[in-house]
Amino acid sequence: MDLNTIWFLLVAVLIMGYAVLDGFDLGVGIIHLFTKDENEKRININSIGPVWDGNEVWLLTGGGALFAAFPIVYATVFSGFYLALVLLLFALIFRAVSFEFRGKVDSDKWRKAWDLAFGIGSLLPAVLFGVAIGNILRGIPINSEGTFTGSFFGLLNPYAILVGVLSLVMFTMHGSIYLAMKTTGGQKTRLKNLTPKLWITFVAVYLLATLYTFFEAPFLFDGILSSPLFWVLLVLLLLSLLYIPVAVKSNSLGRAFISSSAVIIMMIGLLGISLFPMLVPSLTDLAYSLTIYNASSTERTLTAMLIIALIGMPLVIFYTAYIYKVFKGKVIISEDSY
Amino acid sequence: MDAVFLARLQFAMTVGFHFIFPPITIGLAWLLVIVETIGWRKNDERYTKIGKFFGKLLALTFVVGVASGIVMEFQFGTNWSEYSKFVGDIFGAPLAAEGVFAFFLESGFLGLYLFGRKRVSKGVHWFSGLMVAVGSTISAFWILVANSWQQTPAGFIVQNGRAELTGFWDAVFNPSTLIRFWHTFDAALITGAFFMAGVSAYLLLKKKNTEIAKISMKLALIFGLVVSVLELFPFGHEHAKQVAQTQPEKFAAIEGLYSTQQGAPLVFFALPTDNPPDLKGALEIPSVLSWLAFGDIDAEIKGLDAFPEDEIPPLWLTFVSFHNMVILGLYFILIMAIGVWYLYRKSLWEKKKLLKVFLWSIPLPVIACQLGWITAEVGRQPWIVYKLMRTSDAASVTVSAGEILFSIILFGGIYLLLGALYVYIMAREIKHGPEPLTSKEAIA
Repeated sequence: MDLNTIWFLLVAVLIMGYAVLDGFDLGVGIIHLFTKDENEKRININSIGPVWDGNEVWLLTGGGALFAAFPIVYATVFSGFYLALVLLLFALIFRAVSFEFRGKVDSDKWRKAWDLAFGIGSLLPAVLFGVAIGNILRGIPINSEGTFTGSFFGLLNPYAILVGVLSLVMFTMHGSIYLAMKTTGGQKTRLKNLTPKLWITFVAVYLLATLYTFFEAPFLFDGILSSPLFWVLLVLLLLSLLYIPVAVKSNSLGRAFISSSAVIIMMIGLLGISLFPMLVPSLTDLAYSLTIYNASSTERTLTAMLIIALIGMPLVIFYTAYIYKVFKGKVIISEDSY
Repeated sequence: MDAVFLARLQFAMTVGFHFIFPPITIGLAWLLVIVETIGWRKNDERYTKIGKFFGKLLALTFVVGVASGIVMEFQFGTNWSEYSKFVGDIFGAPLAAEGVFAFFLESGFLGLYLFGRKRVSKGVHWFSGLMVAVGSTISAFWILVANSWQQTPAGFIVQNGRAELTGFWDAVFNPSTLIRFWHTFDAALITGAFFMAGVSAYLLLKKKNTEIAKISMKLALIFGLVVSVLELFPFGHEHAKQVAQTQPEKFAAIEGLYSTQQGAPLVFFALPTDNPPDLKGALEIPSVLSWLAFGDIDAEIKGLDAFPEDEIPPLWLTFVSFHNMVILGLYFILIMAIGVWYLYRKSLWEKKKLLKVFLWSIPLPVIACQLGWITAEVGRQPWIVYKLMRTSDAASVTVSAGEILFSIILFGGIYLLLGALYVYIMAREIKHGPEPLTSKEAIA
């Protein structure tokens, strides 16, 4: 395996890490929009209070790693998706401060405003994550110079919007399972009843999106049907997906959460296999696509970065797991809480 | 207005706003490490209360820093894509390293520090505080690696139409990295010390939890005096020497040298005018600049006239920012020394006016940091990477002026709101004060 392929895998791992970890806390934020009771709202917020910031770091590190390993992709996609990214940043800024600000002033209006910031600030990134992935899957207009030639409104095509809806439903389901795991009583029962509905919606939208992909980006299926890895991931995906409602019904919420995490990981894995070795297909001409070879840094930089990742990431995973263990179990509101 | 100008305006605005918060966070985090160490080892409740109180203020500052910092991670790609393509082979690595080594550490352990006090042992809790300080410092290191590479690039070769890495460590420890790191890190410690001193002074003035406030005031003053002195010598002095050697154009602009001269004077105060090039009302000592920069009173120092006209930075803004920063730096030493003097004389608590001065001095180190940053960045112009790439060639070609104007207005609006909310909530939290000591409650 060459360095470029390793970095393709590492960037995929960072995206998976982000989708699984920030995925559930974006989901909690979306559910927060529909929570009425003040006590339940505080439980929502505190269920992710100590960990949301660490989860968001996966996105920042993903951005940094993309810059370091595939600078041409970083530069082309981010400048091409300018207004979409500005919108994303707008949402993330308000979301970040909403946790800290909400409890600081004792007023209903104040709290409602920050509830909205938290909710919309979670919903928008969940949708935009899918819209971005949808656009990359179908390809974006890139000319022979490697320059993006499209527009903001071109990014809002039906296919990308459908993938945006898919990621919205996926994160909401993921968040609902997480929150059910962290709550008790009526709140837990309601979340447990909500999850199967989200599950059915997710399955329906996923099928529709897959079908649409056949027409929108047929090149993604070239050659992968004969790859054993594709079938392994697909079978794992289906098994994990089918297990979610079973686990929720038997109250094994921890297992349901692991399953929905696996679903997210397998989905992104499948996308990775379909794209490889492309990173961003060009809609103008597939020959202009950005690949792991024509968009990468030099071998020296990829090596240096690999060493950094091999030293850093095991440590990150170790202490992140420890921190999750410390905060394991039901949410307890105390004087330290938000 | 052209797109490059707008892109620069947006970068200056977003990085300027962001840079208000990390120095406070880093400085406070290290002060809290001291506080928590004493609290843990001596099992002293007073220190735990200080830790909890300033921990809350740290969290509030941290979160606004995070919120405004997200923009920075993406902005090189969104607004400076030509730059990102040209230097990505070198410039991306420190940003990624910052994520891997710093962001995970500080954000993960801050959660544990703030919410885990009752869930983990005292030792682990202390360790989480330490990791917040270490993480935020590592973050400062890597971002200074990236920026220093723009000032004094090293470890690369231009081929295949871009700058390609030839030596990782040469690029990381380029000629200005270490001294700029110490200079900036120490500036953060000063900022933290003034923050703690100012807040403690407020509590003392309002007679709130004075028993606790006296401890934090003492700590902030002694710590503050040490780091303020260190900032002038060696860090400030060594940094200026490095600039004189590696970026003579910037040095000329900083010191107000329009023309090359031997035995160059150190200018304390002047009002520079570009047309004709002159320093109005200059207060200066002859030969001192030559001596400070090169250890020889007769050393020749190049003025702006020694360089091609399209390779020199604007003198006015560089000069004014730098000199005001230095004046503030001298003020920090003076006021901290006065504070420590009265502390030593045991009469500080009655000096109401002095306490008020400390309260109103809270924003001054933040301003000094901003001025230092302006000096560094404006003094680097017209280059985005010194002598390698011009700022005017670096902006995204696909992003229109209208789009940038839209984002400037949006970010400008958000930052005004966030800044106002930060000050408002911070003031409320400070007025609320630390929790009273439980032993006192028992007596009452």
